[in-house]
Amino acid sequence: MSQWKTICSESDLTPNTGLCALLDGEQVAVFYCGKTRALYAVSNYDPIGDAYVLSRGIMGSLSDVPVVASPLYKQHFNLQTGECLEEPEHMLKTYPVRLEAGEVQLQAA
Amino acid sequence: MSKQRVLVVGNGMVGHKFIDNLVQDPQSEHFDIITFSEEPRLAYDRVQLSSYFSGATAADLALTDEGYYNDNGVNFVLNDKVVELNTQANYVVTASGRKESYDKLVLATGSFPFVPPIPGNDQEHCLVYRTIEDLEAITTSASQSKVGVVVGGGLLGLEAANALKAAGLETHVVEFAPRLMAVQLDEGGGSLLRRKIEDLGVTVHTEKATSEIVPGETCRYRMNFADGSHLETDMILFSAGIRPQDELARQFDLEIGERGGIVVNDNCQTNVENIYAIGECALWSGRIYGLVAPGYTMAKVAASHITGGSETFQGADMSTKLKLLGVDVASIGDAHGNTPGAQSYTYNDEIEQVYKRLIVSEDGKKVLGAVLVGDVDAYGNLLQLMLNDMDLPDNPAGLILPAGDGAASVGLGVDALPDTAQICSCYDVTKGQIKEAVANGCVDMGGIKGSTKASTGCGGCAALTKQVLDAELANLGYEVKNDLCEHFAYSRKELADIVRVKQIKTFDELLDSHGHGLGCEICKPTVGSILASFWNDYVLKDEHIGLQDTNDIFLGNMQKDGTYSVVPRVAGGEITPEKLIVLGEVAKEFDLYTKVTGGQRIDLFGAQLHELPLIWKKLVDAGFETGHAYGKSVRTVKSCVGSTWCRYGVNDSVGFAINLEDRYKGLRSPHKLKFAVSGCTRECAEAQCKDVGVIATENGWNLYVCGNGGMRPRHADLFATDLDDETLIKYVDRFLMFYIRTADRLQRTSVWLENLEGGLDYLKEVVINDKLGLGEELEAEMVANIGNYQCEWQTTIENPEKLKRFKHFVNSDETDGSLAYVAERGQRRPATREERIQSVELVD
Ligand SMILES: Cc1cc2nc3c(=O)[nH]c(=O)nc-3n(C[C@H](O)[C@H](O)[C@H](O)COP(=O)(O)OP(=O)(O)OC[C@H]3O[C@@H](n4cnc5c(N)ncnc54)[C@H](O)[C@@H]3O)c2cc1C
Repeated sequence: MSQWKTICSESDLTPNTGLCALLDGEQVAVFYCGKTRALYAVSNYDPIGDAYVLSRGIMGSLSDVPVVASPLYKQHFNLQTGECLEEPEHMLKTYPVRLEAGEVQLQAA
Repeated sequence: MSKQRVLVVGNGMVGHKFIDNLVQDPQSEHFDIITFSEEPRLAYDRVQLSSYFSGATAADLALTDEGYYNDNGVNFVLNDKVVELNTQANYVVTASGRKESYDKLVLATGSFPFVPPIPGNDQEHCLVYRTIEDLEAITTSASQSKVGVVVGGGLLGLEAANALKAAGLETHVVEFAPRLMAVQLDEGGGSLLRRKIEDLGVTVHTEKATSEIVPGETCRYRMNFADGSHLETDMILFSAGIRPQDELARQFDLEIGERGGIVVNDNCQTNVENIYAIGECALWSGRIYGLVAPGYTMAKVAASHITGGSETFQGADMSTKLKLLGVDVASIGDAHGNTPGAQSYTYNDEIEQVYKRLIVSEDGKKVLGAVLVGDVDAYGNLLQLMLNDMDLPDNPAGLILPAGDGAASVGLGVDALPDTAQICSCYDVTKGQIKEAVANGCVDMGGIKGSTKASTGCGGCAALTKQVLDAELANLGYEVKNDLCEHFAYSRKELADIVRVKQIKTFDELLDSHGHGLGCEICKPTVGSILASFWNDYVLKDEHIGLQDTNDIFLGNMQKDGTYSVVPRVAGGEITPEKLIVLGEVAKEFDLYTKVTGGQRIDLFGAQLHELPLIWKKLVDAGFETGHAYGKSVRTVKSCVGSTWCRYGVNDSVGFAINLEDRYKGLRSPHKLKFAVSGCTRECAEAQCKDVGVIATENGWNLYVCGNGGMRPRHADLFATDLDDETLIKYVDRFLMFYIRTADRLQRTSVWLENLEGGLDYLKEVVINDKLGLGEELEAEMVANIGNYQCEWQTTIENPEKLKRFKHFVNSDETDGSLAYVAERGQRRPATREERIQSVELVD
């Protein structure tokens, strides 16, 4: 059974921005929506820009789908599924994420 | 086949247009072209001649240059008048004795100013208004005069009067006829124009015939009039009409009209088959056309005939719309109602000083002509109704009544216009061509101007062009909707108004009251920028941070590998050696790739997130502040070294550049803003390709606006001349805030101006004459913004909470392990994907 790992506390979250966590050697981008209080976690690697930058993109919604826009070339990635809206052949790995007793946790694979 | 030799006499506006048409023709290689000009320079824009007085230079007015002629194999001889013509042996001889043969001869000799035969008219300060040399003479004379008289109250006369008035002279206009602009205006229009012009301080004397010019008592000259009265003046400008320059044709046996002009047929040929005449020297069907547009059409026709085409000249419309001494005036078609049976509608508002008269046919169905003074908005509609012989709407009076309650102003649906309707007469652009441009993807005025040239000449058709564009977009099923994105059904301009008027301070507030969804990477930075423009809060505050685009969010410019570049402000490009050394030391310590930018500062590349605060701490301690290179904001004010060191400088450009940069630094705006200040007209700072350009003159500063380098270069427009520091700053305050309030997202000032209805003139009205009464408000907004300035980096390094974010991982001190560099020319650069895969000689 894979286990939950704490990456930071709730107070480290800034609403409507992302941050990057290191999880077993993988870079994970975690986003926190201030309005819905939802958390999302996807790979930090931008497959189109070829750099680890997605946590620094702007988050928002397109037709009610929560998305992050790549800070490099602005393609949108669905935060729930990891799919790139403009180039669906690109798929980000997604990670289970939760808020547990004031701590933000990712589930290690 | 040997080449045909085409000889063009006169390199004025029309002669040049002809040459341009011929070299652009696919058959151009079959022709050898040579042109002779009596003037010392190649063709220039005579229509804009008066702008010379407001600072335009001969180079600004030039329509072409020697390079273009050389590149296209056009031979040219300047300063040499053609004085002899042999139509049998097909050659000409010039004043310098040069003899040139031709296969085809094109006479484009224009016209010359008519000087009435008044005794004393040939004295030193009796001048005319036609060439750049004339203007130079006028400037010299005006500087030695207090009073000036223009003889002739026509279109050109009033333009000349404006120039004298601007030169600070007590100005008079003396007209022989009972009213001003007797050709174009009726009595009502002429008398309103007179009233308006007299309100501006120009004295108008009508029904005066000058009988002699004699030495004066209080001034240099005295003009005696036939009615016994007189007027004293220091200089006299004759603008009593023009006469076709048909000297050559006259002396060497070409057919001439009774009252002058070289007779041509529909192909613009004279009575000698291989000789053409075009422009103001040509007489077609008993008429001379004293405007440039018909001349251009003739140029096209003659070029077409020579290359075997079939275009013919069919006459031209002489309707005009212009601004004289700041007064809007337009005349269409049969302005005097001379057509038998003509009837008219008149609207005369003495309070607002607007006069409009619409002349319609006997049956009341068609427009025959119109006179508009004070408000010429109806010009485009009326002209199209007339040119296309369209039926008047049911309530024709509505066409000239002001829009308002009850009397809804009657528009002319542009849909009703045929595709052949000419929308832009300067460049002969039809409605059909604009539609085609839209079909090919042009969706805004900038695009239409670029691809068709419509409304880039006199600009008179801008409103109509915009209507055609909008109608066509609608026809093609584009919703002409300016919604910013799916989250806000408002344009950027509307959102800016909402934020400003309702004093909205956060994105969430705006989204709750005027939007829906969560926002996106379009609306968030846009609103973030609007909030910063008006309230200038610290952009990394919790409520603003999520709005910041890629670069703003970490106050650095993200590079392709996710690292950042750092650019401290170096105001005006002036830097002490000590500070330069600090930059070098910091770059060395953090191994930053170092490059000098186009904005006269230094860019340090390759900083990782955790290094940014360390770097900035050192820079701030050394007295640097952020350069806002990451923001859509005021970037740099470039300068040349100016009068403090330069042998040619006339003012301290560096000092003024630093003042400007300090005032506007970091001002967030719809797009980045670049300034420059040059210390003299040599223009070493390249101010004329900047959003705000300043050039020192002997009398202050000339201000240029809306220039652009970059992807689509645009020469800045001269906005105001000889300003003192204070006035310049006032204008720039207003200009920038007006841009911030009204521009679209990511719209540079250049494109903004191109899409601004009313263009440069309107912008001047708003900024200089405060037409909208917004001046003080705009200035106050700027002052408020400046009052809230802070160096964002200083605030950040003093705030431990904010510094937490400057770390690659929230849960580890490790850094981004994927970064890899290779050495090149003594510095490092990001490794390419291939280099990383092969791990070739990476540096750490
Ligand atoms: C102040 C001013 C404002 C104007 N405003 C407007 C306006 O708003 N709208 C508009 O439509 N029109 C306007 N015009 C008129 C417009 O400029 C003319 O219609 C246009 O320039 C005509 O072009 P052209 O080539 O026929 O003549 P020009 O431009 O006069 O060119 C003729 C050239 O031929 C040269 N030349 C003559 N004889 C010889 C020879 N024998 N050998 C060699 N060279 C010779 C002349 O020196 C001259 O350079 C304005 C004119 C002036 C002066």
